[in-house]
Amino acid sequence: MFKYLIAALLLTAFSAYADVIHQERSLYRNILVEETGDLRCLKFDEKTRKSSQSCMYKSKPQKLVFNYTKLTFASLLMIDNPQNVLIIGLGGGTLSNVIHQLYPTASIENVEIDPAVIKVARDFFDFKETDKVTSKVQDGRIFVKRAALKKQQYDWIILDAFNGDYIPEHLLTKEFFEEVKSVLAPNGIVAANTFSSSKLYEHESATYHAVFGDFINVITEKNSNRIILAGFDNMPTEQSIAARVKKLAPLLSPYDVDIKAISKGMQSTKNNQDWPSDTKILTDQYSPANLLNF
Amino acid sequence: MLNKTNALIYFLAFSSGFSIMGIELLGGRILAPFFGSSVHIWGSIITVFMLSLSFGYLLGGKLSIKRPSLTKYGSIFLLASIMVVPIALFAEPIMEFIFTHIEDSRYGSLLASTALFFVPTIILGMISPYSVRLLVTDSEHSGQVAGGLYFVSTLGSALGTIITSFYMVLAFDVNTIILGFATTLGLLGLLAIAVNQLTNKETKHV
Repeated sequence: MFKYLIAALLLTAFSAYADVIHQERSLYRNILVEETGDLRCLKFDEKTRKSSQSCMYKSKPQKLVFNYTKLTFASLLMIDNPQNVLIIGLGGGTLSNVIHQLYPTASIENVEIDPAVIKVARDFFDFKETDKVTSKVQDGRIFVKRAALKKQQYDWIILDAFNGDYIPEHLLTKEFFEEVKSVLAPNGIVAANTFSSSKLYEHESATYHAVFGDFINVITEKNSNRIILAGFDNMPTEQSIAARVKKLAPLLSPYDVDIKAISKGMQSTKNNQDWPSDTKILTDQYSPANLLNF
Repeated sequence: MLNKTNALIYFLAFSSGFSIMGIELLGGRILAPFFGSSVHIWGSIITVFMLSLSFGYLLGGKLSIKRPSLTKYGSIFLLASIMVVPIALFAEPIMEFIFTHIEDSRYGSLLASTALFFVPTIILGMISPYSVRLLVTDSEHSGQVAGGLYFVSTLGSALGTIITSFYMVLAFDVNTIILGFATTLGLLGLLAIAVNQLTNKETKHV
């Protein structure tokens, strides 16, 4: 009897450690905002509380928390001065905020399927919208298709619509990547937050390769997400990357982004394909991504 | 008494239930590239399937009044088979057209599901009441027969849903599965017609 009481007490003590400061059920999921000391995190669904979507330090909102968010900035080693940025999957709006601070004149379009996520990003994560920074409630696939019809072009496209537990399968197909490619400006770059493990890794790599040719995996820690950089015409020379590292290092260090370390984690798939050549490509006709993600 | 012809009818009703839900499930996958995966996509698909099934029940019941036969029953399957094929062949251009003309993905997806699924599902819906007509011999057992039919066809629907979503999408392309359903329905229709011809001959000989 006492044993259970103590267990219950301990549980309460631990859960009090992370305070839920906001909770709502949206059309798509449960949204939780949790605080653990200085750290405020956005989480989806109660049962998988371990996987946060987005976090920020309340006292230092500038500093990025997640490694994969930092890795996304490897994109800037491939392009100069992005002016039209498209972000699919808002999360807490962290990427949008940082990119806006880095490039105040750049236009940034955020696309998010869940209106509740946008609201939470505004209310709890300081997501800033201006006449340059906008957000739109729409399915990413539809947004890109419409953008292609309007002949819009983006020089930095960030795909961040996967939350780890569930993959919108129509955003991981050859046809979708072709649509993304059609709205990518010449000399632009696609950065995708993806999976580093599971069977899906191979299918995903094969699909990116089929559309974009050789791409770059950015990975600095084991068992962490990888970022795929794709859509570039030529691999920049080591000198030009080094020059960009030098230029960007002071700009990115306030965000806790060590661009030099990140630049060492970049590896091209050229002559270095780490998936079997007969791996099945994911298409609109065949995309059981969630079933392959084990 | 469950004779061979009756068993065949039950089996056909089972298969039509299986196909209806298999196709409905794939509907979400077919629409997603153009209309996304928001909740209203399922709203559109389920609305169209329910609506067309309801019309199908009316039509099938009406058709069963005049000289019902296994040949006519089989012909419904043949027609359904033919009507399912365009889902695989013309979904792309149809959705492309709707996508460029309708901005709101709610009405876009509703129109697209109507264009793709309305006609084949009406025809598949005709099967249930027609099956009842073929199986019922007296009013006393009519409820029992209808119950048995609902049982097999809904069981078919359950299996069609789980097998398609758990296993078939891992093994085949969406279009391959759709054409598989079409082929199965067509072959079953031919089987019913053939059985009818054979039993007719037999009864003439006797």
